[in-house]
Amino acid sequence: MSVDQATVRRVAHLARISVREEELGHLEKELNAILEFVEQLADLDVSGVEPLTSVVPMELPMREDEVTDGHCPEKVLANAPQSEGGFFTVPKVVE
Amino acid sequence: MTKLTQLTLTQAREGLAQGEFTSVELTQAYLKAMEQARPLNAYVLETPEIALDMAKESDRRIASGDTGSLEGIPLGIKDMFCTEGVRTTACSKILDDFVPQYESSVTANLWRDGAVMLGKLNNDEFAMGSSNETSAFGPVLSPWRREGDDTYLVPGGSSGGSAAAVSAFLCAGATGTDTGGSIRQPAAFTGIVGIKPTYGRCSRWGIVAFASSLDQAGPFARTVNDAALLLRSMAGYDPKDSTSVNRPVPDYEEAVGASIKGKRIGIPREYRMDGMADEIDALWREGAKWLEDAGAEIVDISLPHTQYALPAYYIVAPAEASSNLARFDGVRYGARVPGRDVVEMYENTRAAGFGPEVRRRIMIGTYVLSAGYYDAYYLRAQKVRSLIKRDFDTVFAQGVDAVLTPATPSPAFGIGEKLKADPVEMYLNDVFTVTVNMAGLPGISVPAGLSADGLPLGLQLIGRPFGEETLFSLAEVIEEAAGRFPVEDLWWKG
Repeated sequence: MSVDQATVRRVAHLARISVREEELGHLEKELNAILEFVEQLADLDVSGVEPLTSVVPMELPMREDEVTDGHCPEKVLANAPQSEGGFFTVPKVVE
Repeated sequence: MTKLTQLTLTQAREGLAQGEFTSVELTQAYLKAMEQARPLNAYVLETPEIALDMAKESDRRIASGDTGSLEGIPLGIKDMFCTEGVRTTACSKILDDFVPQYESSVTANLWRDGAVMLGKLNNDEFAMGSSNETSAFGPVLSPWRREGDDTYLVPGGSSGGSAAAVSAFLCAGATGTDTGGSIRQPAAFTGIVGIKPTYGRCSRWGIVAFASSLDQAGPFARTVNDAALLLRSMAGYDPKDSTSVNRPVPDYEEAVGASIKGKRIGIPREYRMDGMADEIDALWREGAKWLEDAGAEIVDISLPHTQYALPAYYIVAPAEASSNLARFDGVRYGARVPGRDVVEMYENTRAAGFGPEVRRRIMIGTYVLSAGYYDAYYLRAQKVRSLIKRDFDTVFAQGVDAVLTPATPSPAFGIGEKLKADPVEMYLNDVFTVTVNMAGLPGISVPAGLSADGLPLGLQLIGRPFGEETLFSLAEVIEEAAGRFPVEDLWWKG
């Protein structure tokens, strides 16, 4: 499988990265080089093989559903590029 | 007397305990060396005030006899570890001047044991790279140069700053992270020891996430014993990381120097690749001989799915990265670039903040996870991962205790040398190390010799899950036989 420039544009949008028109050709080439490299996996017969979900056999630990950390809004907001009244602020989302 | 900065961590610990020098003196010696070594670009942030405060505290504790296992030892911290109140960037523009409000569990463990922080170390942006050339702070120069040749070389990556700092005597030890080889490859390139422990051995909490099912923290050190001391402090169960494993941390130092008599060492035939350099092959055979001379049994083994590890990695790692890096949206931290609406703000912020390699991997990850491609790529790659793990399980079940391989296919290359080629050429650097992350196993890189042009070469030992002690014992045998490879020409001092 390989990607064309329209696909590169679509993927960039899905990834929320703006891409300039003149970058598309270069990106198309780079992404196809990687896709071509991973193509060899298609040679393998993986029927009946379970996908790996955990490299170390273990059960996901459970804990009580309670607050273990928090009540520190000033720390949460300390690195925000914009905040107001204890909230993160973003450009208008709904009209 | 040997200069303070040139002592091993183990020697420095002894000297501090004996009162031969103070932690403040040791710390000042490193701070001076760091200042002189700024052309190497190993540190992206020096924290001398914090270092001296911590050193004074250590000296006080040493005087009162209440000391931790790393009391007063100055360390460098890869910029992937969040350090409370100290800028952490993952060497990406998108994190801008991010100042964590919390401390990563691994660094918290080091400070608990009395270590001193010298500063934050350079790395490839978000740890994506094998040469430290993708860092937003620019490349790191290796302290090593080819014999009779002034070309600047890469220290490897992604933990290039850590490797350069430890080998150039700019800290007594350093932390690293390893997703596909980012500790072991730079350790090999700079003639030092680096270990990636078993997945789950070190907490990932507070480490900037790259590929969560592959990432592990580990130490860089100038000797095997130093690495054992550091890992013992860094490792341990942490309820804040659900993949952290709750089992006691052994005293790894006890394993250093232990007999390896009767250990079975596998030599995987699939790692003898076409076109492998003669000097790499010779080093590998010599390593096996050293282990055999120390009483180990060498057996030929097969890991039939080896060749598929790297392509599977380049699906799994970008897929997980595209998901992890979705959080960098210009809302909660980092720089924000405005747009007409919120989506354009995201797109502009991410376009300005991510470098070319990170953008490439996010896009590949997004593509392989996108509707209609998930089964063909990600699911298939995770199945291949099961096959790779099964290869190792099989040889371990046959009684193999560890696997010996070269650490890298070549010695260090020049800055800029591999940037022009297609990205896959750079990826091939990790061909021997990436299988270990895919199977979640521990792997150690130990210096074993020099190339024809005088550059360090390393060997890798791969262990059973939680077999770090065996790796330390075996690595020490190689260290004893090969000798150590300190940088002799401190050329950057001018």
